[in-house]
Amino acid sequence: MAEQPEMAVLRSRGDGLFARASVIPLALRLLSIGPVLILVLLAVLFSLLTPNFLKPGNLGNIAAQTAVIAIVAIGQHLVILTRGIDLSVGANLALATVIGGLVFRSFDSAILVMLAMLLSGSAVGAVNGLVYVFGRLPHPFIITLASLSICRGLALELAIGHTTMRGMPELITTIGGASTFGVPNSLFVVLIVTGLAVLMAKAMVWGRWIYAVGGNPQAALGMGIPVRAVLVSTYVISGLCAGIGAIMLAGRTAASSPLYGNLLELDTIAAVIIGGASFLGGRGHIGHALVGAVMIGVIRNALNLLNVDVFFQMIALGLIIVMAVEADVLRNHLEARARVVQASRTQ
Amino acid sequence: MTEAPAAPVLAVRHAQKHFGAVHALKDVSIEAYRGEVLALLGDNGAGKSTLVKCISGIHPLDEGEIVLDGQVVAIRSPAAARRVGVETVYQDLALFDNLTPAQNFYCGREIAFPAWLPQGLRFLRGRAMDQEAAAVIERLKVKLPKFDAPVALMSGGQRQAIAVARATVFARKVVILDEPTAALGVRESRKVLDLIVQLRAEGNAVILITHNMEHVIELADRAVVLRQGRKVGEMKPDRDNQRKLVALIVGAEV
Repeated sequence: MAEQPEMAVLRSRGDGLFARASVIPLALRLLSIGPVLILVLLAVLFSLLTPNFLKPGNLGNIAAQTAVIAIVAIGQHLVILTRGIDLSVGANLALATVIGGLVFRSFDSAILVMLAMLLSGSAVGAVNGLVYVFGRLPHPFIITLASLSICRGLALELAIGHTTMRGMPELITTIGGASTFGVPNSLFVVLIVTGLAVLMAKAMVWGRWIYAVGGNPQAALGMGIPVRAVLVSTYVISGLCAGIGAIMLAGRTAASSPLYGNLLELDTIAAVIIGGASFLGGRGHIGHALVGAVMIGVIRNALNLLNVDVFFQMIALGLIIVMAVEADVLRNHLEARARVVQASRTQ
Repeated sequence: MTEAPAAPVLAVRHAQKHFGAVHALKDVSIEAYRGEVLALLGDNGAGKSTLVKCISGIHPLDEGEIVLDGQVVAIRSPAAARRVGVETVYQDLALFDNLTPAQNFYCGREIAFPAWLPQGLRFLRGRAMDQEAAAVIERLKVKLPKFDAPVALMSGGQRQAIAVARATVFARKVVILDEPTAALGVRESRKVLDLIVQLRAEGNAVILITHNMEHVIELADRAVVLRQGRKVGEMKPDRDNQRKLVALIVGAEV
């Protein structure tokens, strides 16, 4: 393949910046801590622009508003680690709140309502994973898109014309909406879910297998890893996280609604990518999803405080996603350069 | 070479393999001994890769048997091949770019606890795996830039060295290397050849597929030549019979 001369010139110029080998590790390190750095810079910037930003009340607001995105983004992150995507999380969450609401009409039991929401979320996830893997689909995009439509339709059907169904057991409204010592309870739930996810991803064999399947699915099969079970499990966990998100949101609003979780799939995918995980699979710490979710929450909150139009917020979020994906591309380019440098150093 | 190779550690007897109308292996028998490098030679399509894939559990044999240390074994999957002590380093590496060398070593057979849980639910012994992998890397004199970095950051030669080293950790009987230097430069190839010498010194039976006659003459204790699915020759390769070896490979009269 002959490269166009102009392209070759452009490429060599682009590499010139990283010609010195010592720059590459530095640049890679900057890229890896970039999201946290940007989050800190944003916090400083917003606190200078609007004095209300750093007040405890407002920080509590951010935590409460971010909790649902953060929890669902952790599930989404596990799916993206295996090179997949779960577009159904928002609709899945809505369906779970509606089913929880229906259970609450018949039984005034917080435990039963919560179980119903968790089961509903996990079941949808299981269907996603099983159809994807055993239906031999090339990509989970289609099945989770179909599942989005089915769940949303089912939620609207089950709610029988209501857009909101009022009422939730007190335990659930306490978990989702109340605070302890001024700290929103939802924040504790986020921390527990994060802790469990980190434990699974970093300390357990199953987590290692998730990373392996994302890194090289063919090799994973050859090494005897149960690839199908690993894939299905990530969708079940993603669904379970949507169920936990349903408890949080239903608790905060003391209601359920078939309209909840609209575009939540977008927010969670954005959180994972902004946080610094890779679409190419097998890359990224659970903390990335958390950082990304907080960043989305902070940007929305600050732009609200600054009276920036809500439409502009959507544009800003879109631009940030593009930047994050470009950073991922740059990282891969730098890693390829690092390989070349290594080869030239081998004696 | 060992003094008196008592019995072959691996023997393939009367192997037959068809792919539809193609008769890929026609009554092929080979033997491999501990402490010996066996070169498997042949032109493209001669059946080298097919034979190796049958030994390493990717394809089943139509007829014939595989004997390990005197026992007839059924190798139905790559995992089964590894369980009986046969490790294969494939041409396309099969490394996990996103994992560190130690994580690559133990992927699919992690050291974990507690034993009463199913493997997937156990907790990783990261330090034990790091230490053991580091010891192997040290023993094989592989130089890596960073031990805790993903292998994506390492050169082709370093990655191949990791793949070979991984095979040595678990190989108890046979290591198969399918064109291990095909994608490497001269200096990086040298590193991998050094590793092969070490593998042999440690008492493994090494089966080496390569197109590089220089490497064959330098390393191989014995060479088996396949042509169109048939074994057409077996000899100890050296400078004097290099021409004859090449003639056997391409099917020309000397």
